[in-house]
Amino acid sequence: MSWILILEQSLNGLQFGLMLFLLAAGLTLVFGIMDMINLAHGSLYMLGAFLASMFVQLTGSFVAGVLLAIPATALLGMILEVSVLRTLYARDHLSQVLATFALILIINELVRLAWGSDAALPMPAALSGPVELLPGLRYPSYRLVIIGVGFAVAALLYFLVAKTKVGMLVRAGASNREMALAMGVNIKALFTAVFGVGAALCALAGAMLAPLLAVQVGMGENILILAFVVIVIGGIGSIRGALVGALLVGVVDTIGRAFLPIALGAFFQPRVASAAGPALASVMIYLIMAIVLYFRPQGLFPARG
Amino acid sequence: MRKVFFVIVLLIIFPVMMQWLGYLFYVSFASRVLIYAIAATSLNLVLGYGGMLSFGHAAFVGAGAYVASILVAEGIASAWIGWPAAIAVSALLAWIIGAISLRTRGVYFIMITLAFAQMMFYLVNSMKAYGGDEGLTLPKRADLGFGLDLGNELVFYYVVLALLMLCLYALHRVVHSRFGRVVVAIRENEARVEAIGLPVYRYQLVCFVIAGAAGGLAGALLASHGKYVNPNVLHWVQSGTLMIMVILGGVGRLWGGVIGAAVLLGLEHLIADHPIPWLVQLAPNYQQHANLGVGIVLLVIVLFAPQGIAGLLKRRRGAPA
Repeated sequence: MSWILILEQSLNGLQFGLMLFLLAAGLTLVFGIMDMINLAHGSLYMLGAFLASMFVQLTGSFVAGVLLAIPATALLGMILEVSVLRTLYARDHLSQVLATFALILIINELVRLAWGSDAALPMPAALSGPVELLPGLRYPSYRLVIIGVGFAVAALLYFLVAKTKVGMLVRAGASNREMALAMGVNIKALFTAVFGVGAALCALAGAMLAPLLAVQVGMGENILILAFVVIVIGGIGSIRGALVGALLVGVVDTIGRAFLPIALGAFFQPRVASAAGPALASVMIYLIMAIVLYFRPQGLFPARG
Repeated sequence: MRKVFFVIVLLIIFPVMMQWLGYLFYVSFASRVLIYAIAATSLNLVLGYGGMLSFGHAAFVGAGAYVASILVAEGIASAWIGWPAAIAVSALLAWIIGAISLRTRGVYFIMITLAFAQMMFYLVNSMKAYGGDEGLTLPKRADLGFGLDLGNELVFYYVVLALLMLCLYALHRVVHSRFGRVVVAIRENEARVEAIGLPVYRYQLVCFVIAGAAGGLAGALLASHGKYVNPNVLHWVQSGTLMIMVILGGVGRLWGGVIGAAVLLGLEHLIADHPIPWLVQLAPNYQQHANLGVGIVLLVIVLFAPQGIAGLLKRRRGAPA
C-alpha cells in the first residue's frame, strides 16, 4: 500500500463525491423547500445518461451531446414537476414515497421502450489517456475533467444560491416556507425552476459518469439512496451540507472499497477479506448516517433556523 | 362477517379445485401470495396502525429467510427449530433497529430504517460462505414432522394458510386490545398520548418488534417455498414493494395486506404469463414491460384512492371510510 495508491484512490473518492454532490444538490433543495421525498430523482439521472448517449451518437461529439442532454432533461424534469409532483406537495410522506416509487417503475419501462435496457456512451478519445500528475502518479485525464467540472458547478451553484436574488428566495424557502410565502415569494414558479436546475444537475452527473459506469435501466436507484444518505448527513435543504456530505460519502466509499480488503487481509483469509471489504465499506456509509441521525438528527449543516 | 367467512372457505377449497382441474402450479403461486400477505400484514401493523413509515421492512423478511435457510443448509431442517429461530432473530433485529430509529421522527425515521435495511443487504451480500450475491439454494423445504411433507404443494399451502389466519387473528386481537388502541392513538396524536402519561416510545417499540417477528416468519416461509434465497429479498425495492402492497390493499385495515399482496402479485402474473391477443397485436412486447402497468396503477391509486382497495370496498357499502 504505497502513497501513490492512497493519493489515486483519494482522487477517485473526490471524483465520485463531486458527482454525488450534483445529484444531492437538487434533491436537498426539493426536499428542503417543499418537504417532498422524491425517489424519482434517480430516474432523472438515468434519463440524463440515456439522452446523452443518444445525442452523442446523433451529433458525433461528446461535448455537444452532453450539452444537449442537460436542457432536455431539465425540460422533462419540469414537465414531471408540473404534471405529477406538484399535486404531491400537500400530501403525507407515505403518498410521496409511493407515488415517486411508481414513477421509478414507469420511467424505467419508458426508457426501456425508447432505448432498450442499456446504451453505450464511450469516453471521448482525447481524454481516454492518463496524465502524469506527479512523478509516478499517472491519473486518467477523464476523471480529472470530472473533478474540474464538479468543482466548477459547485462554485457556480454556491454563487447562485449565496449571491443572487433567486438564490436568496431559494434559501428563504428552505429555511421557512410559510414565511417566504407570506412575504409574497412565488413558490410555485420558483419551485418549478429549482426542479429544472436539479434535473439539469442530474443529467450532468449521469452523462459524466456514463463512460465510467454502465448506462442501464435501474442505474439511478442505487445512487439515489446514496444521495439521500448524503443529504441526511449534510442537513436537509443545505447546499453546503450536501457538498460536505457528498465528499465524505464519496471518499469513505471509495477508500473503503480499495483498502478495507487489504486491511481485513491482515486478519482473515484473503477470500473472506476480498468479499467482506466492499460490503463493509457500504455498511460504513450507512453507519455514518445512522450515527449522525442519532446524535444530530438535523444533520451537520441544518438549513432551518 | 359473512364476507370474511366466504373468503376463508374459498381459500380452503381453492387448492382442491386446482388439483382437480390439474393446475397444480396455481397452488404454489397461491402459497407465494399468502406468504407475501403475511409480510404485508406485518408491515401494515407498523405502517397502518402505528403510523410509523418504516422503509426497511425487507430487512426483517430477509433476516428470517436467511436464518431459516442457513439452518437448513447446515443440516437442521426441522421447521420447529428453523421458523422460531427466524422469528426470534428478526424480532431481535427489529428491537435493535427500532430502539435506535424510533428516537427520530418523520423523514428521518424513513431514512434511518432504510439505512439499516441497506446495511443488512450489504452484509448478506458479503456472506460468501452462504452464497454471497448469488444466493443460497436449499436441498429441500423444511421438515414439519407429524407425517406432513412440506414438499407437497397442497400441504405447504395449508400450512401457510393456517399461519396467515393465525397472523390475521393475532393482528385483530392486538389492534382491539388496550395496547392496540394506544398504538393507534399515538398515530393520531402523539403529544396527547405522551401528555396522558403513557410511554410512547415503549409502545411503538413493542409494535415494531411484533411486526418484525411476523416479517421474519414470512421470510422463513418464503425461503422454504422457493428452496432458494438471495440478497434481493433485502433490497430496498423489496421494502418498497411491501409498502405498495399495504397501500394498494388498504393502510390500517385488517385485510389490507392480504388484498394488496393478492392484487399486486396477481396483476404481475396476469400481465407476464397471459398474453391478451388484441394487445399483443398492438404492442408485441408489452409483457416485458409489466412494471409500466403496475406503476401506473399504483400512481392512480395513490393520487385518487389513498384508502386503497379495502377502503373502496368499504365506501361502496356506504360506511364512512
